[in-house]
Amino acid sequence: MTSPFRTAEGGRIDRATTLEFTFDGQTHTGHPGDTLASALLAAGRHQIATSIALGRPRGVAAAWAEDPGGLVQVEEPFPEPMLLATTVELSDGLVAHGLPGQGRLAEVADSARYDGVHHHVDVLVVGAGPAGLAAALTAARSGARVALVDEQSEAGGSLLGGADRLDDAPAMRWVAAAVAELAAHPEVLHLQRTTAFGSYDDGFVLALERRTDHLGTAAPKQVSRQRVWRLRARSVVVATGAHERPVVFADNDRPGTMLAGAARTFLHRYGVLPGRQAVVFTTNDSAYDAALDLHGAGVRVEAVVDARPAGSPQRREACERAGIPVLPGAVVVGTRGVERVTHALVAPFADGEVGAASPIACDLLLVSGGWNPAVHLFSQARGRLVYDETLGAFLPGEELDGLSVTGAAAGVLDLAGCLVDGQRVARAALSALAVEPAGEDRLPTAPEEVVPAAPLVLWRVPDTSGAEGTTSFVDLQRDATVADIARAVGAGLRSIEHIKRYTTIGTAHDQGKTSGVLTSGITAELLGVPVQDTGTTTFRPPYTPVAFAALAGRDRGRLFDPERVTALHDWHVVAGAVFEDVGQWKRPRYYPRPGEDMAAAVLRECAAARTGVGILDGSTLGKIDVQGPDAAVLLDRLYTNMISSLKVGSVRYGVMCGVDGMVIDDGTVLRLAEDRFLLLTTTGGAAKILDWMEEWAQTEWPDLRVHCTSVTEQWVTFPVVGPRSRDVIGAVFPQVDVSNEAFPFMTWRDTILDGVPVRLARISFSGELAFEVYVNPWYGVAVWERLLEAGRPHGITPYGTETMHVLRAEKGYPIIGQDTDGTVTPHDLGMAWAVSKKKPDFIGKRSFARPANQDPLRKQLVGLLPVDGQTVLPEGSQIVDFLADGRLPPPPVPMLGHVTSSYRSAELARPFALALVKGGRSRIGDTLHVPVDGALVPVEVTGSVLVDPEGARRDG
Amino acid sequence: MQLIECPWCGPREEVEFSYGGQAHVPYPDTPGELTDEEWARYVFFRDNTRGRFAERWHHSAGCRRWFNAIRDTATYRFERVYRLDEPRPVTP
Amino acid sequence: MAELLRTHPLMAWSRAFERLPEPVGITVEPFVATADVRLASVGAAASEALGVDLPTVPNTWVPTGTGRAVWLGPDEWLLSSTTETPEQLEARIRAAVLPLGGSATDVSAQRIGLRLTGARVRDVLAKGCSIDLHPRVFARGSSAQTSLGQAGVVLMALSDAGDDYVVLVRSSFAGYLADWLLDAALEFTTTHDS
Repeated sequence: MTSPFRTAEGGRIDRATTLEFTFDGQTHTGHPGDTLASALLAAGRHQIATSIALGRPRGVAAAWAEDPGGLVQVEEPFPEPMLLATTVELSDGLVAHGLPGQGRLAEVADSARYDGVHHHVDVLVVGAGPAGLAAALTAARSGARVALVDEQSEAGGSLLGGADRLDDAPAMRWVAAAVAELAAHPEVLHLQRTTAFGSYDDGFVLALERRTDHLGTAAPKQVSRQRVWRLRARSVVVATGAHERPVVFADNDRPGTMLAGAARTFLHRYGVLPGRQAVVFTTNDSAYDAALDLHGAGVRVEAVVDARPAGSPQRREACERAGIPVLPGAVVVGTRGVERVTHALVAPFADGEVGAASPIACDLLLVSGGWNPAVHLFSQARGRLVYDETLGAFLPGEELDGLSVTGAAAGVLDLAGCLVDGQRVARAALSALAVEPAGEDRLPTAPEEVVPAAPLVLWRVPDTSGAEGTTSFVDLQRDATVADIARAVGAGLRSIEHIKRYTTIGTAHDQGKTSGVLTSGITAELLGVPVQDTGTTTFRPPYTPVAFAALAGRDRGRLFDPERVTALHDWHVVAGAVFEDVGQWKRPRYYPRPGEDMAAAVLRECAAARTGVGILDGSTLGKIDVQGPDAAVLLDRLYTNMISSLKVGSVRYGVMCGVDGMVIDDGTVLRLAEDRFLLLTTTGGAAKILDWMEEWAQTEWPDLRVHCTSVTEQWVTFPVVGPRSRDVIGAVFPQVDVSNEAFPFMTWRDTILDGVPVRLARISFSGELAFEVYVNPWYGVAVWERLLEAGRPHGITPYGTETMHVLRAEKGYPIIGQDTDGTVTPHDLGMAWAVSKKKPDFIGKRSFARPANQDPLRKQLVGLLPVDGQTVLPEGSQIVDFLADGRLPPPPVPMLGHVTSSYRSAELARPFALALVKGGRSRIGDTLHVPVDGALVPVEVTGSVLVDPEGARRDG
Repeated sequence: MQLIECPWCGPREEVEFSYGGQAHVPYPDTPGELTDEEWARYVFFRDNTRGRFAERWHHSAGCRRWFNAIRDTATYRFERVYRLDEPRPVTP
Repeated sequence: MAELLRTHPLMAWSRAFERLPEPVGITVEPFVATADVRLASVGAAASEALGVDLPTVPNTWVPTGTGRAVWLGPDEWLLSSTTETPEQLEARIRAAVLPLGGSATDVSAQRIGLRLTGARVRDVLAKGCSIDLHPRVFARGSSAQTSLGQAGVVLMALSDAGDDYVVLVRSSFAGYLADWLLDAALEFTTTHDS
């Protein structure tokens, strides 16, 4: 395909290189520097897609992110929905097609990389147009740390799409020199293709850098495709320019209808004629530049239709010289054409009244209704906007600490003014940071500009088409019209936020960049109130859409959530463990032998621990070293039971509650010395309990001389469990007398193994004779293997968390967080024995006396035995009771509680469960029912201790 | 991402901190002597101020120290931070 | 019996670290005896007893004769020693600070250390660390407890050029952080044509 609309020369494209791409199945060519939109326009194609609701043809209507028309889906190099043709940089092999408003997510995983970077600067300048470049140069010259980010592929901003001159040369030469100078400053970070999309507290700005998108399939794989810059600036300078505003008229959505400034950009930046025969409709002087530039490039400009009664006296002469007819006091009231505009319907316009229309043939209709400063970042930073009657636009209405706005974004619309303003704002920012500006800080000289004629604020042209505003589009992406706003106002809506939601204006992909202010203006007109009173809807990040993948950055796949592992992890992997997630930890759940499923493996592991010896990697248990003369005082206040009476060398089980009396954690306490304890917490509770202890120690009792230190990773912990555990421990640690008399239950002993200190503790979480082995994890694998070796004659069996759960549940030991849910007291768990009656106070004590905690119908932990001896009750199942007649109560059936733990027991040769049941202990012996898969399974309520209730086994 | 000034570490991103609710709510000296209602007030009730509010914060991902702050609940702005051993500042 | 062999959590990563080019060098620090020291106030008595002046400026570290002393909090430090076993160090420090109302806990295995050297390691760290690492701000002697990626770390600057750091990380997070660092360093490890 040829590019008939490509100019013979000019533009910032690399004509020596040709890129081939496919759009809607047709192959086209373009050049580096093109966007998908400019290359399509060069091929003569305006229509991109059809609209979401009405199916009307839509085309390229602007040259960048404000375009409401050119929505595409990219298929190659990687499927990506909802991009604008105007912002997709052309790459070789690009495949895309137009989208009627909704895209399609990729069905394969995105193989691209994404990342984020934190960067700190004194001054962040957003926008590398004339004002931004001037500001960045001033800041950089001072030696300050500066970042300049700009969303385009190259610096220049509005200068890219114009023919301005600076210092008697093309302005882009000054841009090139400025960029080179910035590159020479070591403390300047200059990023193009980087959109500052959100402005947050304390100078925090998020910016998306598109690092490799423009390289297409040639993008290097090890470089992130997109990067989110997390910029922290002491001062932010917003130089984001302005968006041209359309005027609404009937059938203003036909492809070929385009903002006037965009046409200039396509001509000057991309070397593309957006048409051959143009009508220019304007309310201000800026569109005359488009008319004259296009005329100069060979476009036949049929008319400049100027809504102002006197037009532009300043610009009339230039048009006359060029032979361009100017029609002052006239408007475009409509268009003809289907897939492309064929005529503009032009009518006289005076005092808001429209006269008879006559058609002017054209294939390009340029529109300018003025300029909306891009105040998004200022408004996101909670800056107040004020309506400017002259510009018909909202401007920053206050000074913000650490954030200033300059250039067109602040309503300065002339080149010389932008340069001066950029420098002024940067100097003010430096001054606020107490940074001295450089002595040499020259601005380029801009040619003197004629003061433009005052613009006319015109939101819409009265609809004379008979369509009553239903084809006068305000938001092209939402197919929302003047009629829709009128209907919203007619329905009684007054707030612009409500009108937005009623009409959906501004809620599409472009977030109302062209439609937002129009809606404010039209609404104000319909309500008969000042535009300032209507205001704007809230500007929210992101300024332009950001892919979730970019926000996720590096936190994907295996880095999505840290995987914590113990020193034994590699051993577990080799042993074929199946892992489960416990918080962030990876713990072996069971170690299947060939042909075993989980049930079989767990039955085998349980049997080993109950009849021989098993070994568990319990290193994930939280461990806290508590030291100081007042250590026992703190622990007495935090545990429900008495800790201060614990003897050195002994171990005690303890429970902690919140001030509300509900159990928050449990574990064992080893008294290492008069002034030193080692606390074991649950795996999941480790961080929370350290926080809890430090909170009380620091905020309530700073007088206590006590320190808490996490030592979770300082010790691996291996419970060696079962009747044969004494043999194994005795063999590995011959210096320790492992007899019951010398080493009784709930005591600990220190020993040395080949010069390495080891701590042994008689703690049992299974009811069996058991020893816990603590050693520095540097030696963890070596000690584990010693234990396995010594245990081999006894059939030592490594077991995982599933077996651990079965063993503890058979003994009725609750897991805090599984068998409890934050509404369970120690008494509910049947642990009144762990609640001290001697201590005058401890955290939670007072709450036990509250009436609600005395209620005999509180849920209590009990055991459940399915009467059929077969069913493994699903955890979480509800528990119900029958009426005296043996039938269910009428709905809603009262729920008595739920199953908290449920397993198959090798020891009991049947499944069993733990459950929280209302008044559970008083129901022991009763039969209740648990709905499972639509059937009611009868269960017998039992005590929670199902194995060895006498505790005969713990001493072997 | 707001910055919060840790009295020791200086400004850090808010995600390094955790919130500890209203400051200057001491644990009662003798909870056993309180009525149920008085105890419930301590356990469950806190002010819900619009404007300046004295709060507890914890630099949990940093130096792990608790401190207090006067923060405006309407603007989120931290007006000042102070250590636990410093008195509550007098605010206008 | 044979001597108990030590294993390091990052043994499996050593080859990947060795392959890294000079600008993004990562090496695993040897195991070192380390104690967490708590002391309400630091003065001449503490210096005398410990044989080192604990740094009192927040977020700093100082070299000691045989290791490092790192500020962790207004009453908390990490003190390492390359010449003592963990239990020797804990016993010595505990004996020294107990009379001063302090405490000491062996945390030698609680964290592992990674040394990051090279011209681009600051860029690697900046991908996951929100504090300002510019040498003007974070020069030799600076330290911070903060987050790197999603792991809590103690970060120390060893040079004034932003090209030499030590990262201490909880041992259980070591593999995660090693993976994270390798991923973050990837773009500096190969040329674009590979």
